Amino acid sequence: MMETAFTPFQSLGGGILIGAASVLLMATMGRIMGATGILAGVIFPTNKADWLWRAAVILGMISGPLLVMLITGQFPAVQVPVSTSMLVIGGVIVGIGVTYGAGCTSGHGVCGMARLSPRSIVATLTFMLTTGITVYVIRHVLGA
Amino acid sequence: MRLLICYLIGLVFGVGISISGMANPAKVLNFFDVAGNWDPSLAFVMGGALIVTFIGYRFVLKRPAPTLSETFQLPTRRDLDLPLIGGSAVFGVGWGIAGFCPGGALPALGTGRSEVIIFVVALLVGIIAAKALQSMLNRGSAARI
Repeated sequence: MMETAFTPFQSLGGGILIGAASVLLMATMGRIMGATGILAGVIFPTNKADWLWRAAVILGMISGPLLVMLITGQFPAVQVPVSTSMLVIGGVIVGIGVTYGAGCTSGHGVCGMARLSPRSIVATLTFMLTTGITVYVIRHVLGA
Repeated sequence: MRLLICYLIGLVFGVGISISGMANPAKVLNFFDVAGNWDPSLAFVMGGALIVTFIGYRFVLKRPAPTLSETFQLPTRRDLDLPLIGGSAVFGVGWGIAGFCPGGALPALGTGRSEVIIFVVALLVGIIAAKALQSMLNRGSAARI
């Protein structure tokens, strides 16, 4: 387990930017800012124009840490307290879950919740609960 | 022009994720570890993002159309079904194991860290496998009809 510092102001500021991006994508493209949906449309393209805007958004996302690096002189912290096999297993499980659940933290948790969509509210409560249970079991039952 | 704007919107999202801590699995997992090293920071991420989106959407969705596209493409389904709830439950298990979610991992790719690349490759495998399974089951049920 790694200790992390409580960062309310940075986290609030980051959240405000995430919200701003969500509002801007709706205002311009009329689309939900959901990482799952945007990524799925890049892997399974329907047409060139649709693929291009999604690829541009993802390229922008990937540039985020680089801009942070340019401004502050260091990359944002990425501390990984889990093993490689847990990353692989977790990654595959997340991929299956978000495909069936049709969204993740950004699509359901931010955009859908902001629209008061009943599906997104239920989805968000469900994954927050199972994430919490999983972390509890791994750390306090299995003691990993 | 449209692509540049999409790129910049992605960039705002990516910077937001980067400074919020959502790209940092240690912080994500500590948020959920209420019984251990609890770090409540992520509640501020969700809170900030939700308030801005909730208010922003009220204004944006009052307009007849988005500026760079013809229509707002909003999900219209309101029913709760097993794929939604089961899929979300499964997502949470994976998030709890790895500490990355898709919205956190994609921007984190920009750090070039091998752990992020490993997670994203596994994520893509999971998405492609689930889509293949879905279309297989759909074909199966279509054949029965």
